[in-house]
Amino acid sequence: MTSAAADSPVDGLLATASIVLSLLVAVWALVAAVRHRPPDRVQFTGLAVLELALLALGVLALVAVGGGERPGEPGAFYGYLVTLVCLPPLAWVLARMEPTRWGSAIVCAVCLVAPVVVVRLQQTWEVLGG
Amino acid sequence: MVETQPARRATNAGPGRLLIAVYLLFAIAATSRAGLQIATKFDEAPVAYLLSALAALIYIVAAVGLARAGHTGRRVALACCSVELVGVVAVGILSVVDKDLFPDETVWSQFGSGYGYIPLVLPVLGLFWLWRTRRDPA
Repeated sequence: MTSAAADSPVDGLLATASIVLSLLVAVWALVAAVRHRPPDRVQFTGLAVLELALLALGVLALVAVGGGERPGEPGAFYGYLVTLVCLPPLAWVLARMEPTRWGSAIVCAVCLVAPVVVVRLQQTWEVLGG
Repeated sequence: MVETQPARRATNAGPGRLLIAVYLLFAIAATSRAGLQIATKFDEAPVAYLLSALAALIYIVAAVGLARAGHTGRRVALACCSVELVGVVAVGILSVVDKDLFPDETVWSQFGSGYGYIPLVLPVLGLFWLWRTRRDPA
């Protein structure tokens, strides 16, 4: 592997787009929570699109692994990957159970966590020999 | 759609549901971390890793306690939040005073600074929420 950052399957346009989308949904949900609004169509659509982006990211990573590349810390990497794709569904289910401002707060909280997990995903791919 | 104020004072509705969500996130984070550490490098820092596992267990039980609501659920949640608060403060102090005691990071090291100090805030919020909902008829 010549340059870790350039070869990383989880450090490209899709990862950046996922982070930005997640933060946008978080801000939208925060505004809704502050305005005493339950989760709206925008939040649920945002969660669905985010999930698709994260699944695509996971597929990219698995394709890279299939192509012979290996994450720096495999255990942590796969752990973060599985956690990551579970986050939007978790937010979706809890937000459906809680049709109040607190449902929006849950969407906001989960969408703030997702970008952190994407960054950890990138770090555990790049660290070699861990 | 206008928010309706819940008449019941259950621990698993309204803000409580957000609290449960955050507890779930920490349960996942702590469990995976502890599991991985114990599975791959237990000999390096057994105390720290066992502590991570204990913290993970407490987050899971606290989330279940809050979600189950009712009398037993409240007691379980109360016990978990108390242990958590004592744990995060004790480990926080110890990890600052004597770094050799915890050679590897745990969820509670440095008062949970690696997790945005949320491990320190969470039990306080949990206890506050239990206190706010204390007139629960259940």
